[in-house]
Amino acid sequence: MIPAGFEYHRPGDIASAIGILQEHGDEARVIAGGHSLIPMMKLRMAEMGHLVDLQAIDELRGVEIGPETVTLGAMVTQHELITHDGLTAAIPLIREAALQIADPQVRYMGTVGGNVANGDPGNDMPGLMQCLNASFELSGPDGNRSVAARDFYEAAYFTAREDEEILTRISIPVPGAGVGQAYEKQKRKIGDYATAAAAVMVGNGTASVAMTNLADTPVWSESASTALAGGNVDACVTAMLDAIEPVEDNRGPVEFKKHVAAVMLRRAIDRAQSRAG
Amino acid sequence: MNDQTLTPEERATNLKGMGCARKRVEDVRFTQGKGNYVDDIKLDGMLFGAFVRSPYAHARVVSVNKEAALAVPGVVAVLTAEDLAPLGLHWMPTLAGDKQMVLADGKVLFQGQEVAYVVAEDRYIAADAAELVEVDYEELPVLTDPFEALKSDVVLREDLAGQTEGAHGPRKHHNHIFTWEQGDKDATEAVLGEADVVAEEMVYYHRTHPCPLETCGCVASMDKVTGKLTLYGTFQAPHAIRTVVSLISGLAEHNIRVISPDIGGGFGNKVGAYAGYVCSVVASIVTGQPVKWVENRMENLMATAFARDYWMQGKIAATKEGKITGLWCHTTADHGGFDACADPSKFPAGFMNICTGSYDIPTAYLAVDGVYTNKAPGGVAYRCSFRVTEAAYFIERMIEVLAIKLNMDAAELRRINFIKADQFPYQSALGWEYDSGDYHTAWDKALKAVDYDGLRAEQAQRIEEFKAGKTRKLLGIGLTHFTEIVGAGPVKNCDILGMGMFDSCEIRIHPTGSAIARIGAISQGQGHATTFAQIIASEIGLPADDITLEEGDTDTAPYGLGTYGSRSTPVAGAATAVASRKIRAKAQMIAAYLLEVHDGDLEWDVDRFAVKGAPERFKTMKEIAFAAYNQAIPGLEPGLEAVSYYDPPNMTYPFGAYICVMEIDVDTGEWDVRKFYALDDCGTRINPMIIEGQVHGGVTEALAIAMGQEIAYDEMGNVKTGTLMDFFIPTAWETPNYTTDHTVTPSPHHPIGAKGVGESPNVGGVPAFSNAVHDAFRPFGLVQSHMPHDHWRIWKIANGLGMHG
Ligand SMILES: Cc1cc2nc3c(=O)[nH]c(=O)nc-3n(C[C@H](O)[C@H](O)[C@H](O)COP(=O)(O)OP(=O)(O)OC[C@H]3O[C@@H](n4cnc5c(N)ncnc54)[C@H](O)[C@@H]3O)c2cc1C
Repeated sequence: MIPAGFEYHRPGDIASAIGILQEHGDEARVIAGGHSLIPMMKLRMAEMGHLVDLQAIDELRGVEIGPETVTLGAMVTQHELITHDGLTAAIPLIREAALQIADPQVRYMGTVGGNVANGDPGNDMPGLMQCLNASFELSGPDGNRSVAARDFYEAAYFTAREDEEILTRISIPVPGAGVGQAYEKQKRKIGDYATAAAAVMVGNGTASVAMTNLADTPVWSESASTALAGGNVDACVTAMLDAIEPVEDNRGPVEFKKHVAAVMLRRAIDRAQSRAG
Repeated sequence: MNDQTLTPEERATNLKGMGCARKRVEDVRFTQGKGNYVDDIKLDGMLFGAFVRSPYAHARVVSVNKEAALAVPGVVAVLTAEDLAPLGLHWMPTLAGDKQMVLADGKVLFQGQEVAYVVAEDRYIAADAAELVEVDYEELPVLTDPFEALKSDVVLREDLAGQTEGAHGPRKHHNHIFTWEQGDKDATEAVLGEADVVAEEMVYYHRTHPCPLETCGCVASMDKVTGKLTLYGTFQAPHAIRTVVSLISGLAEHNIRVISPDIGGGFGNKVGAYAGYVCSVVASIVTGQPVKWVENRMENLMATAFARDYWMQGKIAATKEGKITGLWCHTTADHGGFDACADPSKFPAGFMNICTGSYDIPTAYLAVDGVYTNKAPGGVAYRCSFRVTEAAYFIERMIEVLAIKLNMDAAELRRINFIKADQFPYQSALGWEYDSGDYHTAWDKALKAVDYDGLRAEQAQRIEEFKAGKTRKLLGIGLTHFTEIVGAGPVKNCDILGMGMFDSCEIRIHPTGSAIARIGAISQGQGHATTFAQIIASEIGLPADDITLEEGDTDTAPYGLGTYGSRSTPVAGAATAVASRKIRAKAQMIAAYLLEVHDGDLEWDVDRFAVKGAPERFKTMKEIAFAAYNQAIPGLEPGLEAVSYYDPPNMTYPFGAYICVMEIDVDTGEWDVRKFYALDDCGTRINPMIIEGQVHGGVTEALAIAMGQEIAYDEMGNVKTGTLMDFFIPTAWETPNYTTDHTVTPSPHHPIGAKGVGESPNVGGVPAFSNAVHDAFRPFGLVQSHMPHDHWRIWKIANGLGMHG
């Protein structure tokens, strides 16, 4: 439980952070809340010569609530997602999901940017962001670009982000009035990743469904979303079950996970529908 | 002393003696982060040790190359079995009469086994260098199933080749350790053959781990000038460790000082001797510098002592009316790569022969076969007396299985089979003499408290609703009546490696009437400093607040066998009462002299001796203490102190009735404990608040074990549950509310009638939770399903019963 040695950097702005990443290449890694990265370092599953701490970069903080779009700085903590009243009023789904992540101690440190950039299929925010059709702003040596959450995840721990890029902000379209939202998660205990989790938005003839920890990336399914938008819950569930590819682990075998996935999805749909206007 | 105005009751209250819910004196430091644990100890020039551990469960160690590690600046030494061999320390004896490799000697037998020990100037360097030790392994076939192991040609313990006799009798196979038999086999088989009804089931109690908050560790400090070794460590039995260190190392025992500082939980995990202790001692002797070793969480879960792993095949016979006539059990016990169980020497399966439980079962037979596999060694009593939780789980499941076979209510089946109050002392078919009990009273009180009939009515209605498709949740009512056997134990049949299991107390009264007491036990959270002071307060009439209790330093505390198996109160607590009474006897002589009366003319009155018939003429204990030191009393030595070494005449037999009400979601396997009622009878109650705390903690551990906690291996022998992500430790969120209750049936042979309570909640809790799960599915045809009842295993029950359409 002791990480290998590393050089610690604490840049004050995005440009210097990128500079350090450029200088050290894949020897360097950014650290946000540290609550995914530090355990990996202690297990010596992640070893890097240079750790670039983002805590001192003010540009990465802040929550902006616009009429159409909500913008979250990458360094906004999961705790802030829960306690920000304006955010909860605009997109209640974010608070509902954040409350089901880990425990308060982890949430005080863990950031939304770290959660989505991490690429761990167990993280809840990636599926949530796909459901919400968010996009991630990336800054790198070649400037800025934006990648849709639905296009971001390639495989476990592999994302569209280049090594020398930093995820700076997350933009989320505010769902229209009358769209019901729900996040449903089964876990073994507090502090556990999902056995299966479902993020659902439905209303005004639209729908979006995504699921977590049931494949090596989050799973947003267009056909499941379309089916739900058309009011066909069974078809939505069937489409989603086709899209997921759970693997056996200590939470249980594939058959169980598929069953629970369907249960979570149906419960989330029920709740979202009951909240739809 | 002008407290003549106080009534005896008021004076007794002021003492805060037995029966008082006195606040824990330890908590002042613990709640402020001011405890002093092993890892808080910092000595000048201290070095740090770290292990290189085997990634394989079974492999030959072809070579160990230390060069790269030794080249790291700050690395002082890298020890392997080759380095320890000349000292004869590459193997060590286990508590179970087997021997165990300290560092891999040619092969490894479980994942996480210690292969090399790196000593460095700080723990970061040690960890880096451990990564650089190159070990060349040659993989061998892995045996993780004890039934397979007994059939396999693969020889795990080549060192025992040709040895057909083990520490506990003949070995039947090269992977077999012992067979232990109790009771009457022929008579039991005859009863089974003739019975109206026989229920048979395999009851598996899975492998789990005590996982104390603080992991195991030590600091060894050899002073080359004085020749003295001081060993600080997380030891549940510091005196026994001193003797073992002396026997293993050849150092004279007076040159060894063992200190257990504050300990952050033990639960049996800290009873045994580990490679880390031996390597740290050797490293300190070699370097002349103190050496600290503290294992991390994964090492703790992977390599230090596990608990349970008993496959218990049972048969229970009864009449049509439900009167039990016989019990048969064959247990296959998975001990891992070395037999390092911590049991009294004559009991290789501990007190598993308490498995007739609370019931009057006239004929019984138990056989246990110990087996080697490629898993970590251990088999410790995780918050229970030796194998008592296994025994209680076995009988409480067998009762339920029998109730199903008889189509009877399980509460009623228990009631008609309980040992009756007038049968005590009760001689059990498997050899124990139960000291006291009143099971019917406790049972009736428990059933009434939870409104058992009401619960059954609600359950019946729920089943209707479920069948009608109105709900997907079932209701389970988990019953348990357990009887423990604790307080090991009489030296005539209980010893560990030849060390008799008595315990001790030494009390010194200071001239101004305060005191210090020292005992041979050691608290790991039990609150000895609080409760033992209360025993003394009641016995000698000095306020508990004026009594310091010290333990854990072998240079100052009297010899004792330590704290595990709920033995502190039954054994050290008895010694404390007896030592107190010796003091009181001398105090009586002093008082008689001071009051100019005959000894026999005095009577004890809470905190004083008073002249019979003249209560206004008295001497308080405080006055007597002062006189003991400062007044020349003819025929008496000055001073006021006493020592007692107490060898108990029998064990004590705490019991209890636990009832769990659980909601179960058949679609997800999720569970929710709606109510948990725990009635404990631990005899005389010393501190009700501490008892309640012990019960809350113990039931929470039981919840963990029954509902998810396990040490699981894959077929390659990899530990699948080596972190707290997968190894279930309940948080406040998962922990239900508990209702505690009690009856009081004192132990007739214990000086204050106390029986011990710390382990009851684990012993009673596990079957209560498990029975609740089973009970929920009983109406749908479930008979037996193995723990832990995590979501997917509960889901699997529902799935198997066709509940998912
Ligand atoms: C006990 C426990 C339980 C948990 N349970 C859950 C749970 O139920 N659900 C859940 O979703 N999560 C859970 N987590 C993870 C937690 O939410 C983490 O905080 C989160 O995954 C990562 O955020 P972080 O800020 O801590 O990132 P870090 O750990 O600092 O970084 C994670 C990774 O993302 C990269 N990174 C971080 N920020 C950026 C950025 N701005 N740009 C580019 N790359 C970046 C880092 O280089 C690193 O590779 C749990 C963690 C713990 C310790």
